[in-house]
Amino acid sequence: MLTLIGGAAVLALILFFAVRNYAVQVAQQGQDTILDASVTSMLDAATIQDGTVELDLPYAAFSMLATSADDRVFYAILRDGKFLSGYEELATAGNFLPDSPVFQTSQIRGAPVRTISASRTLIGANERVDVQIFLAQTQDALSETLDQISRNAALLGVGFFTLAAVLSFWATSATIGQLGKLTTSVTRRGPQDLRPFTKPVPREMVPLVSSLNSLVGRLDQSLTQSEDFIAEAAHRVRTPLATVRSYAEATLQRVDKEENREAMRSMIKAIDESSRAAGQLLDHAMITFRADHLERDAIDLTELVSDLAQRLAPIAEMKDLSIALRGDPHVPYSGDPVLLQNAVRNLIDNAMKYGPAESSIEITVSGKPKPQIMVCDHGPGFPENEIETLTTRFQRGANATDSIGSGLGLTIAQDVAMAHGGGIHLENRLEGGACVTLSL
Amino acid sequence: MRYFIALALSFLSHAVWAQDWEDRQTFNEADATTSLRIISSTDTDLFAPLIEAFVAENPDVAIDYLVTETADIDRRFRNMPDAFDIAISSAMDLQFKLTNDGYALELQNVSHPAWAQWRQSLFAFTSEPAAIVINRAAFDGLPIPRTRQELIEALRARPEVFRGRVGTYDVRQSGLGYLFATQDARASETFWRLMEVMGGLDVQLYCCSGEMIDDLTDGTIAVAYNVLGSYAEARTESRNAFEIVLPSDFPTTMMRTAFVSKASAEPAAAERFIQFLVTYQSNPIDGTRLLPSLQDRDSGTERATIALEPALMTFLDALKRNKFTSEWENALIQN
Repeated sequence: MLTLIGGAAVLALILFFAVRNYAVQVAQQGQDTILDASVTSMLDAATIQDGTVELDLPYAAFSMLATSADDRVFYAILRDGKFLSGYEELATAGNFLPDSPVFQTSQIRGAPVRTISASRTLIGANERVDVQIFLAQTQDALSETLDQISRNAALLGVGFFTLAAVLSFWATSATIGQLGKLTTSVTRRGPQDLRPFTKPVPREMVPLVSSLNSLVGRLDQSLTQSEDFIAEAAHRVRTPLATVRSYAEATLQRVDKEENREAMRSMIKAIDESSRAAGQLLDHAMITFRADHLERDAIDLTELVSDLAQRLAPIAEMKDLSIALRGDPHVPYSGDPVLLQNAVRNLIDNAMKYGPAESSIEITVSGKPKPQIMVCDHGPGFPENEIETLTTRFQRGANATDSIGSGLGLTIAQDVAMAHGGGIHLENRLEGGACVTLSL
Repeated sequence: MRYFIALALSFLSHAVWAQDWEDRQTFNEADATTSLRIISSTDTDLFAPLIEAFVAENPDVAIDYLVTETADIDRRFRNMPDAFDIAISSAMDLQFKLTNDGYALELQNVSHPAWAQWRQSLFAFTSEPAAIVINRAAFDGLPIPRTRQELIEALRARPEVFRGRVGTYDVRQSGLGYLFATQDARASETFWRLMEVMGGLDVQLYCCSGEMIDDLTDGTIAVAYNVLGSYAEARTESRNAFEIVLPSDFPTTMMRTAFVSKASAEPAAAERFIQFLVTYQSNPIDGTRLLPSLQDRDSGTERATIALEPALMTFLDALKRNKFTSEWENALIQN
């Protein structure tokens, strides 16, 4: 913008000087023309009689030199360089007299004057005589005119500069402002928000926004495609895995040799791990989709958690674990029950996975200050140095190498909590065991 | 030492003042702290009321009023521009040339219409037409001529009555006479015919209005041409004997002008005087005023007022002046 204003200032200055310079030329030309006419009429009145030069000065010669500023007039009439009449100092001021009129600017009696000098040859009976005339006029009217024109030119220049400055200020602020707005709306976007930008922008920025939108669109499409692909893959893997597992279990019943049975159990465990991972991948894809189009129903969190606890109780018993439910009897909340169940189930799954036999899993549901579901176990707890990174997808704890899991459990819980405007918090209890708090 | 210089200067100036003046009068000498020297061509009688009004308003200013002929004003002023504070003259051309030559001070605080001032230095304060003044006794029972042409006819008709009894300015001596003659010559050839007729009648030539009217009053001359009507009107004792004719063919009106000398020692007081002068002459105050006031050029009269413009210098050119004077002599001086 400074460049624009500087350019405007330079242009305004150029305009001022150009107009002023032109005015000087025109005004000077005007004065010179009148001086020329006056001196010509004076020379015309010169005659020679009996060797004497007579010059019957026409009244109009000086009359035409009258100006609004009452400019002073000086003149000198010479015969062959010898002073005849007028102002003698003017005759000595110029020392040469060419044929054609010559203009020059000089000083007479302390006043700046424009002087014209012209001459004419008179032919007498037996002689040739040169009559020379100097005519000078002060330049008060000229400078008055010039002052006026300069003032107007200056006003014009200032006006031009102001207009240009205001326009450039307006243009830049309009463009920068829109860019700033666009930047803000891009920055404020959540990580999942890949909708096109629809806010109106100036015409000049439309190509930028539409290419940005097209980029975002392609990104969204490829993300969706890969999510779809993962879900499809997980789905296709899970069904054959279930078939393989049932065959493996049937085979286990029939095998007697202890080492073969051990191999079969390992096989079943691996299959379980694969099918759980496939299930979680499916869950995650489902959660990503539902979180994008979150539907909120009125639900009771305590009821939802206790239903889940009842359903998981048989599995827990198989591992010699008990599930204890505590907290408020009713915690009303508006959210997606499928997502919330999924999240809590993943947390309980984790607790069952890491909790040692003969221990309990404690679930606390509370409504104040905000709805919270806390799941605690008596396992080894989270490794202190990884507590920040555990919620990232496919990240498993360093001490989980012997457990089944895909590393998606905490990620799913966090995605659900964030979709509902909350988050999860991991901590280790002082008396041992890990606690995960799901805040909504 | 300074005292002696001042004393010497005062002697010197007294030596200058010792030259004969037509009239000299000092106003308000007793109370004043400042003194203005005014060199003027206007008779003291006509100017006294104005000066008295000025000193009444400005008791701190004394006025030394010196009267001489217009051409003499020009001469003296060019010789000693610092000897006078204000120059007042009816010879517009000489005043104009003095201003053009840079002798006049520019006065910023005097407000005057553009046509009545030049360079804010030279200020016109009267409008006075040139008149033919006739002693009624010479035209007893005959029609009074109203134009130059009628005057020519009247003079030709009775040369025996008018021989030696017509008067006009000697343009070689009188600045105002020269101004009127040149302006008349510009306007019409009738002027030259009138001059020839007057020349044939053994014309009396005068340096000054006063003497011409004196002779008119006592009957020495019967017709005075191109005299200022204001001077004749001021002669209260003989006014009824005169007929003041403003020729209707081409009237010539002069404006009396004043300027402050650039070398004036009292420019502030002088400027006050000029301010007072133009105001006094623009607004009719009472009947005591004797000088004609300044008439607006657009006031409807047909009088062609001589304009304050550079053309006034035309006839002051030495070549032009020689030519005009010799023509005038040829016409007027025939014996």
